[in-house]
Amino acid sequence: MKIVAVTSCPTGIAHTYMAAEALEQAAHAAGHEILVETQGAAGADPVPPAEIAAAQAVVFAADVEVRDRARFAGKPLVEASVKSAINDAAALIAKAEAAAAAAPAVASGAAPAAFPAAAVSGGSGGAEGVTLKGVGTRLRTWLMTGVSYMIPFVAAGGLMIALAFMFGGAVVKFKVVGGTYEGHTYAAITDYSKLLGQAGWAGVMFEIGNVAFSMLVPILAGFIAYAIVDRPGIVPGIVSGLIASLVGAGYLGGLIGGLLAGGVVYAIMKLRLPRFLSALMPVLIIPLISTVIVGGLMFLVVGEPVAAAQRGLTSWLNGLSGTNAALLGAVLGLMMAFDMGGPVNKVAYSFGLAGLASGNLTVMAAVMAAGMTPPIALALATVVRPKLFTPAERKAGNAAWLLGASFITEGAIPFAAADPLRVIPSLMTGSAVTGALSMQFGATSRAPHGGIWVIGLIGHPVQYIIALLAGILVSAGCVIGAKHIRRRPVTDSADAGSADADAAAPSATPVPVG
Amino acid sequence: MTDTTELILPEFVLLGLEAPDRHAATRRLAETLVASGRVTDLDGFLADVRAREAQMPTGIEGGIGIPHARSAHVTVPSLAFGRSDAGIDFGADDGPAHLIFLIAAPDGGDAAHMRILAALARRLVHESFRGALLEAPDPQSVVDIVTKEVLAR
Repeated sequence: MKIVAVTSCPTGIAHTYMAAEALEQAAHAAGHEILVETQGAAGADPVPPAEIAAAQAVVFAADVEVRDRARFAGKPLVEASVKSAINDAAALIAKAEAAAAAAPAVASGAAPAAFPAAAVSGGSGGAEGVTLKGVGTRLRTWLMTGVSYMIPFVAAGGLMIALAFMFGGAVVKFKVVGGTYEGHTYAAITDYSKLLGQAGWAGVMFEIGNVAFSMLVPILAGFIAYAIVDRPGIVPGIVSGLIASLVGAGYLGGLIGGLLAGGVVYAIMKLRLPRFLSALMPVLIIPLISTVIVGGLMFLVVGEPVAAAQRGLTSWLNGLSGTNAALLGAVLGLMMAFDMGGPVNKVAYSFGLAGLASGNLTVMAAVMAAGMTPPIALALATVVRPKLFTPAERKAGNAAWLLGASFITEGAIPFAAADPLRVIPSLMTGSAVTGALSMQFGATSRAPHGGIWVIGLIGHPVQYIIALLAGILVSAGCVIGAKHIRRRPVTDSADAGSADADAAAPSATPVPVG
Repeated sequence: MTDTTELILPEFVLLGLEAPDRHAATRRLAETLVASGRVTDLDGFLADVRAREAQMPTGIEGGIGIPHARSAHVTVPSLAFGRSDAGIDFGADDGPAHLIFLIAAPDGGDAAHMRILAALARRLVHESFRGALLEAPDPQSVVDIVTKEVLAR
């Protein structure tokens, strides 16, 4: 078997090389070929792309972010700390064997030219985690790292909420968080010892999902920062995500917060401090200073514009209502799909709720349909064109069917956060179609939530489903089309700028990881 | 190997190194480097080592501790070696370290320097290298073993 490995450690003078040697010994002892890239202070000699393409398994023994990990995308991967490679390299090699065996056959010779040389930051980069090469590639790697940690929360939380709606109907939400539904006003549960008694098992499930969902944005932000600067990024990243949630900035706010946190920590780590302070860096200075700066920016710079934008959008929507129904539906659709649970989405959703309260049931129907479209469209796209998506995204796609059907728009966030410029406009287009058609058909909804599980409360259900399907097809088509834009077959590596490096990597017959 | 001088000199070898903890042990070894002018500021260098140690203990299984740092207070890449019969805790899972390697790298060290340290690190995982160091009768033998194993590569 052929294995490629990367070792790296914070200082880059000891563990990186010890791990490399240990892996080489263990691999040879087990009769494998191995090529190790040591990303240490002596400079990394990048593993040639052809070797990566030919390898059946990849081992990362790294305590800092592996540089240019996009090169290894789609390969069966084993990740461990450098120390575990030094202490028990044989076990890691055995895991690599297992990972390779579990993966479908790798198409050997998968177009080495698909890995542009520009993506390989060679030379004597030193032990710094960040280089300036291939900012586009790196940005995508950072976002994907955050997304990959977020996906389990989306799946766990979203599916719990969906199941709660399936078993308890849309009323479950109101029994837990309070509000008026079908003429009955429920009090929010504040004493959780009464959760089961007041809201039933479906209520408990809803709340579990709700709590898991509250971690979406913090985890996204925290692990984006983690991808940039390793462990020191987690504190300011997660705090920025919590604040993004608090000020209602949604996942786009968290995305900004995570990048901000990574950048601030990176800048602090670059500071040359007097020596009596440098020992305090990891435990005190970096967490404290970075959190103060990032938290302050999130509250003062991100928070207020978000609130102002929401006020502006709300009054604009109020002006639109009563003009053209289909136009209003299209606008609501655009808003629902823009940030999935973020500030713009919330304005549209609140507009739907206000319509519901005043007896205008068509707006609610359009809003709900437009919010169901994105996850389903993405799920469809991952099935139709799996090769356009990473293994993590394809897994997220499996859950997205049910999430979309349950009007849990957040199911689309992993895709949108990983590739916002292509995914968000595509989703907005389809949701606009759905929203406009739903309004045009005069579909109504007496339920403010629940998705397909409250179809009994929908007026003109058949037309409603037609509106949904139309938007789903449009969005899926746009996503596939947009993702193809960067996937023009790359024959000349000179054409493939570093920003496109990510594009080519997944094309090498993606193989599920783990 | 022209400009790199010796990585290790007999003065940097402490065969009866006993210390209450890893910081004291590191300080004893670092003092040998200060005495020869390879480390210009003892406390500054130790702070850098400590910062690295705080990220994750450097002890590894097999009774080895590798306190190390890249530091502005280091002039020449150097190795100080201590052997402790009682053992000194370096945070490894399987007990204290008997072989302690203090690796001092200059902050802006060039690739040639770093490659020597990389070669040293690679030798550390070899059973034979460790065994020879455990058996070495005197400091000069340690220097000979390191020089032969590391620089021959």
